[in-house]
Amino acid sequence: MSWRELPIGGIILEAGNSVKRKTGDWRVLRPVIDQERCVRCYICWMYCPDGVIEIRDTPYRTKAGRIWNITFEIDYDYCKGCGICAQECPVKAIELVEEVK
Amino acid sequence: MSSIYRIRGVRDLPREELFAPGHGLCAGCTAGTVIRHLLKISGRNTIVVNATNCVEVSTTMYPYTSWRVPWIHVAFENAAAVASGIETALRVMARKGLIDPNKRINIVVLAGDGGTYDIGLQALSGMLERGHRVMYVLYDNEAYMNTGIQRSGSTPLHAWTTTTPVGKVLRGKMQPKKPIAEIVAAHRIPYVATANIAYPIDMDQKFLKGLQVEGPSFIHVLQPCPTGWRFDPRYGIEVGRLAVETAMWINWEITMGDFKVTVRVPKRKHVKHYLRIQGRFRDLSEEEIEEIQELINKEVERINRMAGEEVIGPLAE
Amino acid sequence: METKLESRVRQTRVILNSNYAAAYAVRDADVDVISAYPITPQTGVVEKLSEMIAEGELDAEMIHVESEHSALSAIIGASAVGARVFTATSSQGLEYMHEVLHIASGMRLPLVMAIATRALSAPISIWNDYSDLMNVRDTSWITFIASTAQEVYDSIIEAYMVSEDPRILLPSIVAYDGFWMSHTYEPLYIPEDRKTVLEMLPRRPRYTLDPDNPITMGSIVNPDWYYEIKYQQVEAMKEAYRVIREADAKIEENLGRVYKPVESYLAEDSEILVLTYGGIYGTLQTAVDLLRSEGLKVGALRLRLWRPFPARDLKTLVEDAKTLIVVDRAISYGASIEGPVALETIAALYREGLYPTIASFIAGIGGRPVSEDDFRDMVKKALELGERALKIGSIHWGVRGAEYE
Repeated sequence: MSWRELPIGGIILEAGNSVKRKTGDWRVLRPVIDQERCVRCYICWMYCPDGVIEIRDTPYRTKAGRIWNITFEIDYDYCKGCGICAQECPVKAIELVEEVK
Repeated sequence: MSSIYRIRGVRDLPREELFAPGHGLCAGCTAGTVIRHLLKISGRNTIVVNATNCVEVSTTMYPYTSWRVPWIHVAFENAAAVASGIETALRVMARKGLIDPNKRINIVVLAGDGGTYDIGLQALSGMLERGHRVMYVLYDNEAYMNTGIQRSGSTPLHAWTTTTPVGKVLRGKMQPKKPIAEIVAAHRIPYVATANIAYPIDMDQKFLKGLQVEGPSFIHVLQPCPTGWRFDPRYGIEVGRLAVETAMWINWEITMGDFKVTVRVPKRKHVKHYLRIQGRFRDLSEEEIEEIQELINKEVERINRMAGEEVIGPLAE
Repeated sequence: METKLESRVRQTRVILNSNYAAAYAVRDADVDVISAYPITPQTGVVEKLSEMIAEGELDAEMIHVESEHSALSAIIGASAVGARVFTATSSQGLEYMHEVLHIASGMRLPLVMAIATRALSAPISIWNDYSDLMNVRDTSWITFIASTAQEVYDSIIEAYMVSEDPRILLPSIVAYDGFWMSHTYEPLYIPEDRKTVLEMLPRRPRYTLDPDNPITMGSIVNPDWYYEIKYQQVEAMKEAYRVIREADAKIEENLGRVYKPVESYLAEDSEILVLTYGGIYGTLQTAVDLLRSEGLKVGALRLRLWRPFPARDLKTLVEDAKTLIVVDRAISYGASIEGPVALETIAALYREGLYPTIASFIAGIGGRPVSEDDFRDMVKKALELGERALKIGSIHWGVRGAEYE
């Protein structure tokens, strides 16, 4: 792209286009949510610095028969593997496992 | 103002993320947590003025931006002046019919400790004195992290930084942290608060109040930095929590002059629990740790006097 | 500048100093936000504007900042959301803004600033020279240097026309002599109805901070892109020349005053030309008359446009002259030619393939008056030195003990 096509002044016109940068490849440790143990407390979602814990309106039925209306899932495209979610989870439902490439 | 009017718990927060992932903040950088919450409270009708800092350089790496609200960075020391100009312009243009006069736009400054305590203090003081309706959010990681961990006016006593090494003669930073929030409060603005990422609902309630006042507000957030404070990134929230539990940090607010501690600590822990989890305090002697404990004890006394009751309890463990 | 007796717009005669002329232009341009910090000799501009706002003559807000750094920063913020803005300063104030000057142009914001030029400290001096202005020549601000209060008024209107043009979007400076002009009253003509000015200054859309269309301004740019973005500025500054000439034509059409990037007096048949800038041009013209009465074929040139530098206009005017004398009012310490405009002129003429005998003088530093006699003696000194003049570098005129043989 030549100087003629760039917006002037270094302006970025496409809001939130950093989603094109997949920061998931920084990860050394991979947080994995155990949906059986998860109590849907929102704490991981609340603390995640990268906003990569997604609240899905997907119901989940535990083996014990309990039905949750929502599911928390990690977007591994961006998760940097900091481990805050695992550390803060009050029921230890998130495990950090070695990332295997 | 926000589209939210009350926050009782985490379920009151919108799911919408106005801070996109893909930014270059360090893994576990709790500044990301601060910004996510800030934008959840302020909503889309917000203009962010970012002072030069880690957030600025890692969230707007051209041609990519993580911001889904209008965002501007001008320089290090002038974010408060830029915000003053924005606030004034919006007011005049609304009056002149150049923009929609019925739309209330939040103007939020995001600055670090260097940009607030040190180089930006003059512009900040001017903005506060003139009374612009701007919420100034200070995310405080207690050193110049963007340039690689140099001492700032916010760095606590005896903390190691690259410019305050711990040696035989000098023992980390030799001065205590400047009480910036109270310096701001001395301007007698409508709302000043201190907050901490480990207590996000308390922080969010403060953001909301800050946006609702007709004048300047100042929210000082402690933001543990795994890179500069030397701890495993997974402990970012834990470190913040220990800061409150040891009363190294106290969450309070001043609303129209009324002082209130918002997170009470009935029994506080010894500061060594906070210090030992961080590499920047690794080389401190028992005496130096006690010196810091003594500073805290005095501060707790002072805060309890200001509160008129024992809001921070005795040392228990 | 020449004034036509008839103009399209009805005008009224007023007596103002250049500071007040600047304020009247800002009023007539319907500026929204003004931010400034007091410094002598600029202060009159902001005092007059404060009065206008207080009296309801201008619907704007004045941000009473705590420094010049914040003054410029505040109008950057205001401009970034779409407001028309203004500031004014002098000397140390301009130096204190320096960092932000680059940012303002780099962000491509159409700010307009008046500068009542003043010497720089130390030693501290409140009096006039152009050291402050010359120090900011590389900040990518379009720069006009006026020589009358009339021209200050017209140039500020013109500055908004050019800066806000979508092809340009660079900030502009209108400079004039501190005290010699900022505090000297002169007659000038201003439009009776300011609507006629606003017709020349339509509000034009540009990228702004708007929650309905969020953009990111002031991002961090890596080596892959930085140069292209700065090159856009290079091109915009070149393009500004053409847009300034278009604006000159509009000023002529509406207000009846004719401006050129380089003004001239009796230049056509001159063998010797003297180039200077700012308020001393009038004195220079009188000196030219004196020298002509002595039989010397001398003419006067005045640089009105400093950035972009009007190299071709200068070439056309200098083409037939044998000797060019440049009288600067600032010092570039350690430069091969210490007069900044002389240095630039030599580069421009070399570029255009013109090699007259050139002499560089520096005069009027720190408010020392420059009289008709000074100009006459400078011309005689230049003729006496001939080709040797430039070997000296710049001649520091009137400095006690400085000798040039």
